[in-house]
Amino acid sequence: MIRRTLLMAAAVMAVAGPALAQEVTAIVGGRVHTGTSVIENGTVVMRDGRIVSVGTGGAPSGARVVNAAGKVVTPGIVAVDSGLGGSEVSSVGDDLRNASNTLSAAFDVSYGLDPWSITLPTARLGGVTRAVVVPNHPGSSGGHYHEEDTAGAGQGGFHTPGLFAGQAAVIHLGQGTEILVRPRVAMVAPFGDAGAGVAGGARGAEFTLFKETMAEVRLYARNRAAYERGNLRDLSLSRADLEALIPVAEGRMPLIVTVSRASDILQVLRLADEENIRVILDGAEEGWMVADQIAAARVPVLVNPITNLPGNLERRGARMQNAAALHAAGVVIAIKGNEGSIHRARETRYNAGNAVSHGLPHDAAIAAITSNPARIFGFDGQFGTLAAGAEADVVIWSGDPLEPLTQAEAVFVRGVEQPMTARNLLLRDRYRQGGEGAYPPAYGR
Amino acid sequence: MKSVSLLGVSLAALALCACATTGSSDSGEATEAPRERKAMAEGLDPATVADPYPSTYRGLPRENMAIVGGTVFDGAGRRIENGVVILTDGKIAAVGDASTPVPGGHRVVDARGRFVTPGIIDVHSHLGVYPSPGVTGMSDGNEATQPNTAEVWAEHSVWPQDPGFNTARAGGVTTLHILPGSANLFGGRGVTLRNVPSVTMQGMKFPGAPYTVKMACGENPSRVYGNRNSSPATGMGNMAGYRAAFISARDYKEKWDKWRETGEGTPPTRNLELDTLVGVLDGSILIQNHCYRGDEMALMIDMSREFGYRITTFHHATEAYKVAPLLARENICAAMWTGWWGFKMESLDGIEENVALVDAPEGGCAVVHSDDAELTQRLNQEAAAAVAAGRRAGMTITEEHAISWITSNAARAIGIDDQTGSLEAGKRADVVIWSANPFSVYARADQVYVDGGLAFDRADPNFQPLSDFELGQPGHGQTAAGVRQGAR
Repeated sequence: MIRRTLLMAAAVMAVAGPALAQEVTAIVGGRVHTGTSVIENGTVVMRDGRIVSVGTGGAPSGARVVNAAGKVVTPGIVAVDSGLGGSEVSSVGDDLRNASNTLSAAFDVSYGLDPWSITLPTARLGGVTRAVVVPNHPGSSGGHYHEEDTAGAGQGGFHTPGLFAGQAAVIHLGQGTEILVRPRVAMVAPFGDAGAGVAGGARGAEFTLFKETMAEVRLYARNRAAYERGNLRDLSLSRADLEALIPVAEGRMPLIVTVSRASDILQVLRLADEENIRVILDGAEEGWMVADQIAAARVPVLVNPITNLPGNLERRGARMQNAAALHAAGVVIAIKGNEGSIHRARETRYNAGNAVSHGLPHDAAIAAITSNPARIFGFDGQFGTLAAGAEADVVIWSGDPLEPLTQAEAVFVRGVEQPMTARNLLLRDRYRQGGEGAYPPAYGR
Repeated sequence: MKSVSLLGVSLAALALCACATTGSSDSGEATEAPRERKAMAEGLDPATVADPYPSTYRGLPRENMAIVGGTVFDGAGRRIENGVVILTDGKIAAVGDASTPVPGGHRVVDARGRFVTPGIIDVHSHLGVYPSPGVTGMSDGNEATQPNTAEVWAEHSVWPQDPGFNTARAGGVTTLHILPGSANLFGGRGVTLRNVPSVTMQGMKFPGAPYTVKMACGENPSRVYGNRNSSPATGMGNMAGYRAAFISARDYKEKWDKWRETGEGTPPTRNLELDTLVGVLDGSILIQNHCYRGDEMALMIDMSREFGYRITTFHHATEAYKVAPLLARENICAAMWTGWWGFKMESLDGIEENVALVDAPEGGCAVVHSDDAELTQRLNQEAAAAVAAGRRAGMTITEEHAISWITSNAARAIGIDDQTGSLEAGKRADVVIWSANPFSVYARADQVYVDGGLAFDRADPNFQPLSDFELGQPGHGQTAAGVRQGAR
């Protein structure tokens, strides 16, 4: 019943558009996970695209009331390590990888993001309302198609030309002509096997090159005028790359470091300390083995909790309990989706559920897919949380959002209720009666 | 040193043996009785070597048990609250409600508050052939050297020490169907394994399970060979390749049939590639066909009529929902994912409702598969997501029915449904006791039994086997609790 009402509301919304974000909406009666705590029979009030209040009081008079009794209300899921908006069909190509010979750190994914991508509504049906879109590199989880059964058939990988894959952007998944929230929120660099490969084959080369690069960036930053006059010694990076790396060298932009092996993690922590840069660990499959050191360095981790096999020799210690161990040590974690979180970004919540079944507390798992990623990327309190002042990304679920049997029933992005449709549901409806009617399915809409 | 001398002895013995055989047939029967069948040299007559790498599977030590008090999904559609499952001599002896008598000498296992299902069957696995670690030297799943390699057998690439067998077992998987990859039109034979640790592949081989052959439609073969500027480079090239192969197979079969009937002339020369395809023609080898698109499935079905054979299962089948009534009429299973789509053009139209829509018509055979060492550990969750999608579409799908997608339907899809896949009297005692409803993300396999033997116990490290590869590696020896504490 409620679902039907919501669906009808969604249909109205599709016609009326974002104007309805101006009215006051109150979601009442649900179990509310704010991203940091739980409120039973809570009330979430939204206006002008933002959360006005979260509590146990009634709906304000005149508000549009959405009854969420028996439902669960959460912040929208924030997909990290994602390719959403930057890729339509993985094997056809994407705007996430840079193989230019003259560009490395300066590569900026934000220019290639497509608000009309068919992947966005599908992810939204899975409760995803924001994404941190990262450039791909040879070591990233989006760098392969996961249908590995043609491996050995001569398919080559691609190679980035420099130590840096480029800069990440934050998007929202609301309908409209603009999805970019903020470009250049972080720099991405592969370490471990992939980083060693980029640097010439060995870790010793990569760390040395990295330190030399930081030295050059600092030299450039101090002597820009001399550089422009041609009075500075030759630098190995292009001007664009040098410019892009200044915020990293100054500790203003975090560096997402893809790394698996415990020994590599320790080296990266040491490097960050020596260079005085901020790092976010991505992957960290052996992180549990050095969880205390990661926690002591106050370095956050983007983790896929279902990675438990030694896909290569640098993650032989991969375990299902990794997320739980990192959290227990005091590390701020964000939980990733699968396969580069594009088409399978909607599985982020199942991954969080599997972390719970291997020891992560439920509220920590919810935080790891909502408030923590916002916090890690500098948006604490701005989204990913149900708190006054935050942008109103809200999902109403039929039950526990970490359960596959649960469905998202309503999704609000920046206060605007989104249509619960996507290309995959159009296909479903076209063929649900078997597709053998008198008229071919093509006559359906 | 020792192994060298042993090898020397056995080679000599083999050589002697071969001489003796040829000698007798040359000097003896051939001249005296020309109408009588000549005895052929070892390995030359496919009929005499139907099972050259036989199973040595023995099963783990087992005991007679009664699993009582749990909610039973029997895989055959029944849900029994407070159920009783009797395991006797490695077989299911009885399944019923609380009134089911427990025979004497059976240990009673308390499953109150827990769920009991048949062992999970993954019909599309590359464990052992694309093992972990997937590093140089370990990629043995695709003989991508020519488009038809029906002569290769996946079992000859299986590395039994793949740690993925152990993690799959911890996810309730008791039977695995290992396939070659999809680079080729005919990738080779598949093999069905019992998921028990073993030093040899033969020690895992499912006794009596039929052989299968992997075929591949679509983008993979045409891309792999088209990129080499050879055939097939297109969909039509794919079809021409399959048809040419079946023409050769029919011809080869006719020659053998004729020779067996008349004994005249010289026998055909044995051809491993055509032996496999003849197995398809005579129904002993089951086709497992990687095929994403519905229109391509319809072509493959027509081709099976052209040459007179049957397709058992389409794999991946992201568009099976577009031809679901056709598949049901043809009695063909579709093995699918719930959540995978969009990684290439032929998977673009993959929808979460695929499984439920294939399941819907009378006789539909929907299977949830993995193709992935991680997903195989959670086929129950992939099935749950498929249930949810079907329910979202307004379909009524019970969990006791949906469990068939990873148990009894999966068994049917690889031709072992007479042996396993449901908790029914007489079948192999492949049983999982789950900590909670297996359609919940929080459910864990507590105990996993293969043929009545305890193969995995979540509470007892003695029943959490490790492969040789895992010994001494980083993190070795840490319990789950130890890992959670960060090994501090």
